[in-house]
Amino acid sequence: MKIFTILVAGIFVNNYLLSRFLGICSFLGVSKKLDTSIGMSAAVVFVMTLASAITYVVQYAILNPLGLQYLQTIAFIVVIASLVQLVEMFIKKTSPSLYMALGVYLPLITTNCAVLGVTILNIQSGYTFIESVVSGAAGALGYSLAIILFAAIRERQELNDTPDVLEGFPTALISASLMAIAFLGFSGMI
Amino acid sequence: MNIKYLTNGFFKENPIFKLVLGMCPALAVTTAALNGLGMGLSTTAVLICSNVVISLLRKVIPDEIRIPAFIVVIASFVTIVGMVMEAYTPALFATLGIYIPLIVVNCIIMGRAEAFAFNNGVLDSFLDGLGMGLGFTLALTVVGAIREILGSGSIFGISLFGASFEPALIFIMPPGAFLTFGLIMALLNKFEKNRQNKAKLKSASEKDSKANADAAVQEQTGGEAA
Repeated sequence: MKIFTILVAGIFVNNYLLSRFLGICSFLGVSKKLDTSIGMSAAVVFVMTLASAITYVVQYAILNPLGLQYLQTIAFIVVIASLVQLVEMFIKKTSPSLYMALGVYLPLITTNCAVLGVTILNIQSGYTFIESVVSGAAGALGYSLAIILFAAIRERQELNDTPDVLEGFPTALISASLMAIAFLGFSGMI
Repeated sequence: MNIKYLTNGFFKENPIFKLVLGMCPALAVTTAALNGLGMGLSTTAVLICSNVVISLLRKVIPDEIRIPAFIVVIASFVTIVGMVMEAYTPALFATLGIYIPLIVVNCIIMGRAEAFAFNNGVLDSFLDGLGMGLGFTLALTVVGAIREILGSGSIFGISLFGASFEPALIFIMPPGAFLTFGLIMALLNKFEKNRQNKAKLKSASEKDSKANADAAVQEQTGGEAA
């Protein structure tokens, strides 16, 4: 039951983009086209789930026994950066087509604060290994849901006639605000 | 030393409103002016330190591994700032919570390291860090103040309108953050457009009078030829 709660909370209630504001740079940056946002989502799902699993092991097998909790931030960011590098090499070798599809989005994920945010929140919430992985996957799915919906909205907005001063970022931010209002509706679920 | 690097970050290249970098903490912690100020100052501290150290090390760090090197330098300073805040301002540390360690992945810091500190001297990098940091702080405090006034009817925790005021709660909730930012950016665009239009009008009228004069000359010479 707890796992189900984590899943729903991660995807809808505490959506990383719209209620925790993690990963906004990529949310605004790569949401102009539907294809690119789908590519980014796939890469994030991959890395976020793996990062949740690995940082759990790092925290409980290395940092805690040695009393090095204060190195958490440094350790996690290094883990994520090398994980992204590793995943990139692995995908390039095994599935060149997927590598082409993800392209530039893989390296961008290192600086996506949602990934680091999920891993730190997992530890702070005291999740078990399974719960951490589910929370990572749920966070990534929620991210994908929000960014894909947002990209679809922005693609249509391109064709609309907006006032000069609202073009670009202001329109995007106001649309995001309306989406966040819609997602507020989920907050009563848990 | 160049004072321009200091003032660049305030308005002309304001990291939030002009470069649109570091939006995550800017949206998340600006529910009150004080939080915005706290977040801005801690980011400024990290930015100055990382800029100075990276500028000092720019001849030592090989080009290929500069990104991991930057990350480690930045993460060390973030850890230090986090510990200092936990010790001296525990309330603020609790409010900002997860967003303190996340300063590591704030795009401004990485962006300035890559774009400025890695290619410039120590003093210039220090000024750049200070200017960008203060610009960031300014933006966050302004947004925090607007959201606090509208959303809870107070500023820096001091109640403004008395008990009968019904605050617009939406402004301290997530949608309000997007909305406030969107509207401020639209307003800044408007100012920019007005200024450009004025400049254009001025140059156009100059061109117009010149063209008129040319036409008059041509008419004259044309008349003579006829």
